[in-house]
Formats: sequence, C-alpha cells, structure tokens
Amino acid sequence: MSSSSADKPSVIKARAGLFWLQKTETVQDEEVDGEYGLVINGHSLAFALEKDLQLELLRTASAHIGVGISGQEGMQAVLSSDFSFAQFRYLQRLLLVHGRWSYLRMCKFLQYFFYKNFTFTFVHFWYAFFCGFSAQTVYDEWFITLYNLMYTALPVLGLSIFDQDVNDRWSFQYPQLYTPGQLNQYFSKKAFVRCMMKSCYSSLILFFIPWAAMHDTVRDDGKDIADYQSFALLAQTCLLIVMSIQLSLDTHYWTAVNQFFVWGSLAGYFAITFTMYSNGMFLIFTSAFPFIGTARNSLNQPNVWLTIFLTSLLCILPVVAFRFILIQLRPTINDKVRHKMRKEALPAPTKPVRVKRISTRRSGYAFSHSQGYGDLVTSRKFLLKIPVRTRPALFTETDSPLAQNQPQHYRTITEEPEGSQSP
Amino acid sequence: MMASSYNAKEEDGHHSGASSHGAAGAVKSKKPDNTAFKQQRLPAWQPILTAGTVLPAFFVIGLIFIPIGIGLFVSSNNIKEFQIDYTGVDISSPCYSCAKNFSWNSTTPCVCYVPFTLNQSFESNVFMYYGLSNFYQNHRRYVKSRDDSQLNGDRSALTNPSKECEPYRTSDGLPIAPCGAIANSLFNDTLELYHIDSNGTSNPIPLAKKGIAWWTDKHVKFRNPGGNNNLSVAFHGTNKPVNWRNPVYELDPSDPENNGFINEDFIVWMRTAALPTFRKLYRIIQKKPNTTPTLPSGKYLLTITYNYPVLSFDGRKRMILSTISWMGGKNPFLGIAYITVGSICFFLGVVLLIIHHKYDTRNNSADIPN
Repeated sequence: MSSSSADKPSVIKARAGLFWLQKTETVQDEEVDGEYGLVINGHSLAFALEKDLQLELLRTASAHIGVGISGQEGMQAVLSSDFSFAQFRYLQRLLLVHGRWSYLRMCKFLQYFFYKNFTFTFVHFWYAFFCGFSAQTVYDEWFITLYNLMYTALPVLGLSIFDQDVNDRWSFQYPQLYTPGQLNQYFSKKAFVRCMMKSCYSSLILFFIPWAAMHDTVRDDGKDIADYQSFALLAQTCLLIVMSIQLSLDTHYWTAVNQFFVWGSLAGYFAITFTMYSNGMFLIFTSAFPFIGTARNSLNQPNVWLTIFLTSLLCILPVVAFRFILIQLRPTINDKVRHKMRKEALPAPTKPVRVKRISTRRSGYAFSHSQGYGDLVTSRKFLLKIPVRTRPALFTETDSPLAQNQPQHYRTITEEPEGSQSP
Repeated sequence: MMASSYNAKEEDGHHSGASSHGAAGAVKSKKPDNTAFKQQRLPAWQPILTAGTVLPAFFVIGLIFIPIGIGLFVSSNNIKEFQIDYTGVDISSPCYSCAKNFSWNSTTPCVCYVPFTLNQSFESNVFMYYGLSNFYQNHRRYVKSRDDSQLNGDRSALTNPSKECEPYRTSDGLPIAPCGAIANSLFNDTLELYHIDSNGTSNPIPLAKKGIAWWTDKHVKFRNPGGNNNLSVAFHGTNKPVNWRNPVYELDPSDPENNGFINEDFIVWMRTAALPTFRKLYRIIQKKPNTTPTLPSGKYLLTITYNYPVLSFDGRKRMILSTISWMGGKNPFLGIAYITVGSICFFLGVVLLIIHHKYDTRNNSADIPN
C-alpha cells in the first residue's frame, strides 16, 4: 500500500456519511472504474476526517444507520451499531445490494398498504351519500375483519420479503442504482399524495360501477339481486380482486412463495366466503352469519361477474398505461438496467483483488454515534510504513486483551479478566 | 503472529476460539446457509412492462370488450319494461284522494284504479314489481333492527327477541313477532291487474305469488316456530307488529306453506335493499303454453288497495312490469360501459403504439450513464 500522501481528492457529494470521490490517481490496491467510485480505504477515511470535514462527518454520525466493523481492536463499535461485519469490503454489498433492496421493499410496502386501506375507506365515504349518512358499511363485517388480517396480509408479506428489482451482480455492476434511495424518490410527500389520488380514483370506480350496475336490477330469474347483502358481496369481491392485481403489478420478483401467497389468498377468500355464507354456519351461529345464501345466489349471475371484470380493468389499466408511458418517455436507471438484464447474460462475479496486507496496519474502524477515534485516525499513525513488531498503544482503553496473543473472546460479566493486561 | 492467525474470513460474532483452540471445535458457525432461500437467489419470474406485452393487451381488451358491450346493450334493449308511478302526488292522478286521506286507523281500505296502455306485447314470463324511491332500507339502525334467530323459528327468541329490535321489540307487554323496524314497515299495498279487451270486459290476469323469494331464504333462513302446523297456537303469547293490520299467522291463511314467517312477500321485504331506490318482486305472470303473448298490447287496469303511506318522507311508489333476459332486468349501463371502456382501451392502445414507436428507437441507443 503506497504511503505517499495522495493529492487531496475532492469530495463531490457528501451525504449521511457516504462520499463520492473523484478519481485523481489510481490507488494501487483498488481498481476503480469510471469517473466515480465508492472508495473506502485508509486514504479516503483520513481525508474525510480532515479537520474541516470532521465536524460534518461526526454531526452526520447521527446518520440513518450505524455500521460497525469488528476487528482486533474490539467489539465496541459492533455493540453500538445497527449492522456490523468483519471486513470493509462487505460494506459494498451492504449498501448496494441489501440496503437498496431494503429501501425498495419498504417503499413498495408502504405505498401498497396506504393504497389498499385508503381505497377501502373511501368506498364507505361514497356509500354514505346513499345510506342517509348512517355509517352503514358497504362490506360484510366479517370481510372488514379479515381484509387486513387474512386476505391481503400474506401477499404483501411476500412482496416485502422477496422482492428485488435487479439481482445482486447487476447491482454491483451499476452502483448508480443506489441514487433513487439517496434522492428519496420512491416514497416522499409527493408520492404519498399521488397514492391518495390513486386511491380516490379507485374508490370511485369500486363504488359507482357496482352501484350503476345494480341500480334497480334483478337476477336472471327475476328475483332480487340489488339487496344489501349481494351488493356488499359484489363490492368486496371487486375490491379484493383489484388489490390483488395491483399487488401483482407491483411485484417485480415472482418466486414460488409469492405465487402461492397471492393465488392462495384469493382462493382463501372465496373458500372462506362460501363457508361463512353456507347453511351450516348459519344454523350454528345464527346471528353471527346472516349472509346465508348470498354467495350462491349472486355469484352465479353473469351480470355480477361482468361487473367485477369491468371494475378490475378500469382500476388497473390506467396504472399500466401510466407506467408504460413513463418507461417510454422517462426511463429511470432502474428501468434501463432491468431491460438490459433481460437481454444480456449475467455479468461474471467480480473477483475481489486479493492483495496481501499486513493486518496490523489495516484495521477496522467503527462509525458509531459517539465521538470515537477521529483524532487518532487523522494523526495518520496507521499509515506509517514502519514494520511494527510491537503494537504501539494506540488506544487508551484497556479492556481488550491486545498485548496477548489471544484472539477475541466475548467477555461475560462474571468472568475475571484473563491473565494480565498491558495498560 | 497474532495478526496472521486472525482469520479474515470469519464472520463477526464467530467465536474465534475455534480457530486457535482446537479443542473448542463444537462451536456452531453463525454464518447463514448458502441456500437459495437464505441468500435470496430463489428462481423467479421477473416480468417487465414491455411494448410486446402491454400493447397487445390493450388491443385485445378493446376487441373483447366492444362485442360484449354490444351484446349487453342489445340484450337490454330487447327487454320490455313498463313503469307507472301511483303515489298520487298530483291532483290529477287517480290515487290522489287515497294518498291525501290516508289514516292509520281507517278500517275500510282505500282503493284506486289506474288505467294504462301497453304499446308492445310482452312474451314469456312477465315479472311484476313494486318499486319504492327515497326509502332508505340501507340505514344502519334499520338494517340492524331484526332478529334472525326469531325468524328462523327459534322458540326462545320468539318470546324473548333481540335487543336490536328496539323500539319494536314488545308491544302491550308481549313480545312482537316478527320484531324490528324492517318487519314493521312491511309493504302492504295490494296490486291487481286486469286486461281490458276489445269488448270492454276486464279479465283478471292470474298472478303467481310463489317462487318470488330466494330458495335459501324460504327454506333455510326463515322457518316457522314449531313447524307449519297450527300457527296461531305456535305464535301464542306474541303480538303483531305495531303497524300491521293482521298478525303474522294471517298473512296467507289459505296456504300453510306461505303463512307465518315463510310468507314470500314477507321474505322478499326482509331482504333489505342496498340503495334508496329499489324494486322488489311482487308477482309473476306465467307465460301461456301456446304462442300467445303473456300480456298482449292494449289497455289494462291496475287496481290498488292503497295501504302504504310514503308521502310523509317524500317517497314514491311505482308498479313495474318487466321481462327478463340472461343479464337480468333492463339496465343499459353495463352495455354502454363496456362499449365505452373497450373503445377507450383501443384508442389508448393506438396512442401507446405511437408513443412507443417514437420514443423506443431513441431508447435503444441510450445507454446507461455512468
């Protein structure tokens, strides 16, 4: 590792502890391709902790997450951080793959959750105008109970656990994919308002299309179908199908588990509904299941299924059209990489350049919430080329057995400190 | 040295005692398994919105919806329907005097006669409905005001109805059967239809009163207490609802299968409507066995025994005669909606095709900026 003081790299963007450095010279043990590179090694760390930047860094140490790197100097950072690992190079995977996926999943989950609950509630608002503002629910009470608990719980769980937009190797290949997370693009106040508008539109469709279709109508044998129970069943089936299709549009990574959750929830809805509206349940729990016969008598009407079909398509097609137009007119990096992913093969995994390092000089450092060892790092003692046989006392803490040839142990509280420690 | 003995590959948290102390080899590694599930490498289908999927989808949907819409619209247009409002609001309407002079205590029923003409003849089964407007059968307190156990024939609920029926739960100290506001407001106008043929004689048209309620309602949900034998004994100890003229076991004394709780008019009324304007099946006019139309075109007379007051809440009553098709009653909305949505889809497909053509050639050359 060259110890020559490199020219001061200029920090182009600094946000929440992350630095983009313009390449001014090739650093020997890390090959940086392109104009921007995310470089975290001793040099960048030292310059980052320059006096004028030190305050900024340490102020932003109340950052979104704290990352601790465990090493020979101890586990203190590990204990006070959100994520910890043993080697600096794992930071790349943490940020570019897991951090990015986590942000994506969180935002999709939030948007979908707000959408489904707002739509559900707005439909009741529109019905209020037609029921004398008496707070009569449009849906069956059992549906209201089971909607968030059972019918839409598992699919969204599957989305939040498994969803990926691009695979991990492509994420390394294109670190620019990390930008939307920094710019708060996926969920912000604007995105929330857009979600509300979409809910409003969906709720209008989900109420008024069944309303108009059932207004003053009858079944194909002349009997009643515009009764409260059939209308409730129609409205709730439309709602659930629209929500399932919307979730399917949001899911970019369909594993077998996701398929099972989505189709299983829909099948579960129909199974539970038919069971609850059956003769048996009514005869056992009469007052709890008054909707007897409704499913059988209304779901065999072509009228009802045509209404459901129309409602679902009318809610979903604008979303599809809008997303397609955005991909055509203003493709984001995400869209481009995903399109590229389809056409080209997976890039080969980059072999990490293994350079023999002497670990005494390259140690792990902790970014934690407290003031830490900034001064010691800026003193650059660790960059010296002097081969070190005996470790200088860099740290004043004595609770780690440095002087001994012992690897780290977690010390339990009752245990006596092992052997004698050098002060 | 110590440094070199520190295995850089070990994960955080791994008790490195295992590497230098050979004896402590029983410590389990905390490294996650290298399985597809835990390393998030499960095989998956990754669809994206390309022009190859979206554009054909829009065109196909447009092409499917338009014929369906046309089919629905034509079907709806072929249904013949006739409505006549007989509330008696205007002074010129036949039922004006009945409406105006309505009183709860009158013993003689007020009868009014409404003549009308059918321009087209009605074939096949003709269904006669009564329709109400501005009647909120979907008001929450109204919807709750019933006792399904009592209506299912449960003896304990017969004598002790549910609290939800208040204030229509007891009357004169006796429990009301059937209790609740829904039952109390049972529609009790009687409608009769006469055909006036060319000679001027009025022939009554036979109206079937069975088969108007859902099968599950009639046979499972509503049961008389103690079976269908002597109903006046079964209902002993209960009172009739406040606004009824006769008790429930006198709804249809001539037919024990249609008396008591299982009276079909009563069942049809108890199935509360979802919206404030609704129609309920009243009678069915069966089709004639030969090819003569069920209701030939010509003059008719509707005889109404006006028992049901609606003017106090600005409601309206009407009588509807309608034929039926595979899509139900006359409702052009679905047909028009399908045609509209189909055309919009098709048009949108064309627009997207133009956008795709114009911008996609630009996209193919655009590379991902570094």
